[in-house]
Amino acid sequence: MNADAFFALADHLNAELHGAEILFSNLANESSDFVRLNRNRVRQAGHVRSTALDLTLIEGSRQVEGGCDLSGDPTEDQVRARRLLMRLRERLGHVPDDPYLSYSSERSESDRRGDARFPPAAESIGELVAAADGMDLVGIWASGDLAEGLASSIGHRHWHASASFNLDWSCYLEADKAVKSAYSGFDWDPATLRAKLAAMREGLHVMSRPARILEPGRYRAYLAPSAVAELMGMLCWGGFDLKSHRTHQTPLLKMARGERSFDPRIGIHEEHDRGLAPRFTSEGFPTPPRVALVEGGRFAECLVDARSGKEYGETVNAASDAPGSLGLDAGTLDTADVPGHLETGLWIGNLWYCNWSDPNDCRVTGMTRFGTYWVEAGEIVAPVKVMRFDDSLYHLLGDRLEDLTRERELLLSAETYDGRSTDSALLPGLLVSGIDLTL
Amino acid sequence: MQHLFDIADLFSSRAPACDYWTLRLVEEEQDHLEVRQGVVEPSRLTYSSGAMVTLVKDGGIGYGASSDLSAAGLRAAAERAGGWARVHARLGLFEAGLYPRSSTRADYRTPIEEPWSTLPIGEKLDILQAANAALPIDDRIVDWSAWLARRRVSQLLITSDGGRVSQVLDYVHPGLVAVANEGSQTQRRHGGGSDGSQQGGLERIVAVRLLEDAPRVAEEALALLDAPECPQDTRDLVLLPSQMVLQIHESIGHPLELDRILGDERNYAGTSFVTPGMFGRYRYGSELLNVTFDPTVPMELVSGVADDEGAPATREYLIRRGILERPLGGALSQARAGLPGTSNTRASGWDRPPIDRMGNINLEPGEGSLADLIAQVERGILMDTNRSWSIDDSRNKFQFGCELGRLIEDGELKGLVRNPGYRGISASFWRSLDGVGGPESLEIRGVCNCGKGEPNQSVYVGHAAPPCLFRDVAVFGGGE
Repeated sequence: MNADAFFALADHLNAELHGAEILFSNLANESSDFVRLNRNRVRQAGHVRSTALDLTLIEGSRQVEGGCDLSGDPTEDQVRARRLLMRLRERLGHVPDDPYLSYSSERSESDRRGDARFPPAAESIGELVAAADGMDLVGIWASGDLAEGLASSIGHRHWHASASFNLDWSCYLEADKAVKSAYSGFDWDPATLRAKLAAMREGLHVMSRPARILEPGRYRAYLAPSAVAELMGMLCWGGFDLKSHRTHQTPLLKMARGERSFDPRIGIHEEHDRGLAPRFTSEGFPTPPRVALVEGGRFAECLVDARSGKEYGETVNAASDAPGSLGLDAGTLDTADVPGHLETGLWIGNLWYCNWSDPNDCRVTGMTRFGTYWVEAGEIVAPVKVMRFDDSLYHLLGDRLEDLTRERELLLSAETYDGRSTDSALLPGLLVSGIDLTL
Repeated sequence: MQHLFDIADLFSSRAPACDYWTLRLVEEEQDHLEVRQGVVEPSRLTYSSGAMVTLVKDGGIGYGASSDLSAAGLRAAAERAGGWARVHARLGLFEAGLYPRSSTRADYRTPIEEPWSTLPIGEKLDILQAANAALPIDDRIVDWSAWLARRRVSQLLITSDGGRVSQVLDYVHPGLVAVANEGSQTQRRHGGGSDGSQQGGLERIVAVRLLEDAPRVAEEALALLDAPECPQDTRDLVLLPSQMVLQIHESIGHPLELDRILGDERNYAGTSFVTPGMFGRYRYGSELLNVTFDPTVPMELVSGVADDEGAPATREYLIRRGILERPLGGALSQARAGLPGTSNTRASGWDRPPIDRMGNINLEPGEGSLADLIAQVERGILMDTNRSWSIDDSRNKFQFGCELGRLIEDGELKGLVRNPGYRGISASFWRSLDGVGGPESLEIRGVCNCGKGEPNQSVYVGHAAPPCLFRDVAVFGGGE
C-alpha cells in the first residue's frame, strides 16, 4: 500500500466518525523476500506481503485500540477498516474514562522516503552462494520495502518509507566453531560482500586451531561492538523508560538513586535523528533529535512515551519504552591496537542469550558465541570454547572499563518477529580489565 | 470458518500447475483487557487474516504469503512462490521430492465451557478491578496489574493431494503481577494463571483462581523484600512445575529439535549437543526421566489433530527411562535426517513458513507428592516461577533464575530466599534427577513466547510436569 492509498483510506474512515470522535490510523506495510540458507544452499525461500492497520478511536476521555490486516484492494480494505471501526465504537461505550489518554492535538506532516539500490533478492543470493563457495554458510537474507504511516482526523499526515536488505550469516568450521558477519543497508556492493567473506575465511583459519578451554574466573576481555550490542539490549529492556523508573523496576535503579554509576566516559543516547526509524509516535507526537539517557556515567533522561508522559507529567520524547536508535559514545582506543592493549585475555566477538541474573544489581548472564578468541602477548592464538559470564554492568561499564574504541559500528537489527525491524545501534568496542566467567 | 472453506474451494478450483501445493489460511482474533493501579488500560482488539501458498514445482520449493485473500491475491502469492521454487531448484539444500505430502482430513476445535462472548466487557473489567484492588496491600507495593487476554486461531490447511485440516484453538490468559520495592530492592511476583496457560474459555478465570490468588501474590512480593539472598553453594534442588516448564523447554525441547541438529538454526537459535547417533542409546537422564511429545492432552496449549503441513498428531516418547528415543522433527526433517520424528512442523502465523517446533513436551509423572520430594532433602532449595533464562547455543550450559525460593532443611520447608538461581549443564543435569512427583502433582502449563527461526517466529508451546528433585546443583542468589 502506498502513501496515497493509505491517506485515502484514512480520509474515508475520518468521514465515518460520529460527533466528537477522534481517530488515529497507523499503517505498517511490508513486502519482503526471505531466504534461509544452510550449508551455503537455500533451505527455505519465499515472499511475504503484509499490510496492517491500527486504529485508536477516542471520544472525550475514553479510548479503544484495534488492528486488522489489509488486502491492498481499496474497496475490500474500506470494508475491513470500517468493520474494525464499528467494533471499536461498540466497545468505546463500555470502557471508562482513561486518565492517561494522551495524543497530539497539533496537526503535523512529514514524508520521508529513503533511496536504495540493490538487485533482486534471487540475484544477490546467487552472488552470495558463488562467493561463499566451499564455506559452511548459514543465515538469512531479508529484503524489500517497508513503510509506516500515520493519519488522524485532527490532521496528522506522516509517511516513512524505505527499502533495504539485511544479510545476517555465520560460517562454521565444525561443531560450535564459527564466525559471524552481517551486511545490511540500502546500497548493495558485491565487493563489500567479498571482503566480509574474506575476513571470515581468515577467522576460520584461527578457528582451526585447538580450542582453549577456560576455567571459571575473572579475565581481561575485549568486547567487539556486536557483543556490546547484546549488553545494550539488556539495558534497553526496562533500563530507560519512565514507567520502569517511577515504579522502581529499572535495572538502573541504583544508578537512578545515585548509589552506583558507570564510568564517566559512558554516554548513551537515543538518536532519533539517525533517520532509520520514523520520527513520529503513533499518537502524533514528533520525537526530538536525541535523548540523553546516560551522560558522564550518570543517569540523565528517561524515554517518555505518550501514556507514561501523561501519567507522570513529563514531555513525550519517544514512540515506545525501548530505544530504537541507540548510540554509545566512542572512546580513544584504535580498534587495530586492541590486541596489544588486551595483552592476554579474551576477544569476545559476540554474546548470546543474555538475561538478567539480578536486575537490582544490573547483573547480566549470557554466553560467548561466534568469533571468540584467546589472546596472548597481543596476538590471537586460539578459539575459546563457549563460556558463560555472569557480571554486573556497573563493573563492565564502570570500575573495570579501561577504554572504548574510537571507531563505532552501525548495526542494523536483523530481527523479524514483528516484521522487519528498523532498529539500529551505533556502538564501539569495550576493553575491560575483567569479566566474570562462571561455567 | 466457512468463509475460509469458501476461499480454499475457490483456490482449489484454479489451482496452480505444479507437482504439489498447499494453502494455509489463518485467521486470528485477539482481545486484551488490563487494569493497572485501578485504571483500565486501553483495550485492544485485533483481527489478522492471511494465507501462505507453498509450491513444489520444477524441482524446487517456494512460498508466498499475503493478507490479500482474493483470488487474484492468492494467485499472486502462488506466482511469487513459483519464482522462489525456481531459485530453490537451482540452489536448494535438498531435493524437492523430500517435501512431505499430506492427504490428512481432520478437524479440531477447543472444547470451551464458557465462550469469551458470554461475559460482557463491563463484567470482565469488574473482575479485573476486583483482582487488581486486592494487590496493593502495603505502601511498598509500587505497581500492580491484572489482565485477561483472549486469542482464537482458526486455521485451514488444504493440499493438492486432498488434505483438508481445520483447527480452531481458543485461549483465555488471565494473570496478575505485584511489584514491591524498598530502597534499591525490587521484587516481582506473578500469579493468577500468568504462567499457566492452557486452551479454554472464560472458565480459565476460575480454574486459575484469578481473584483468590491476588493476596498471595502481593504478600509474597513483600516477603521477598525482607528475605535473605539465596545461598551460593551446591545443594539439592526441588523445582515446582512453574519452573520445570522452563527447564524442560530449554534443555530437553530445544536440543531435540531436528532442524537444529541438521544445522538450520546455527546462525540464530543455535545448534544442539545432541547428534543423530545418540538416538536409541544415549542416556539423557536418570531412569526417572520419561518425556513425551503429546498433542492429545486435553486443553494443553498445542493439542490438536495435525501439524501445519498436515502430519497427523500422535503421542510419541522422546525419552524413556532416561534413554533418548527420537527427535522433535517434522516429516521434512525426518526425510532429510533419516530419523523418526514427530508431527511438529508449525508456523507462528500465515506470514511465516512452518519449521520444527516443540508442541506439547511433557515430563511424565512418577510417584508421590511434593511433600514426599521435600522429605527426601536434607539441605536444599525449592524454586518457584521462572524469571530468568539463558542457555548456550548448543543447549548445554544453562543458568535459570526464579521469582521465589525456600530453604529446605532436614526434609522440611523453611524460610524464603530471594533472587534464587541455579546453573548446570543439560548433559549431566538430568542424570541428577532423583525424584518425580506423581500424577496428582502434575500441572499442565506452557510458554507463550518461544522464539526461533529465520525469519523470526514466536509460538505457544505446552509443557506438563510434576515437581522434580535434582541432587547437588550449583545455586546462587543476587548481588554484584
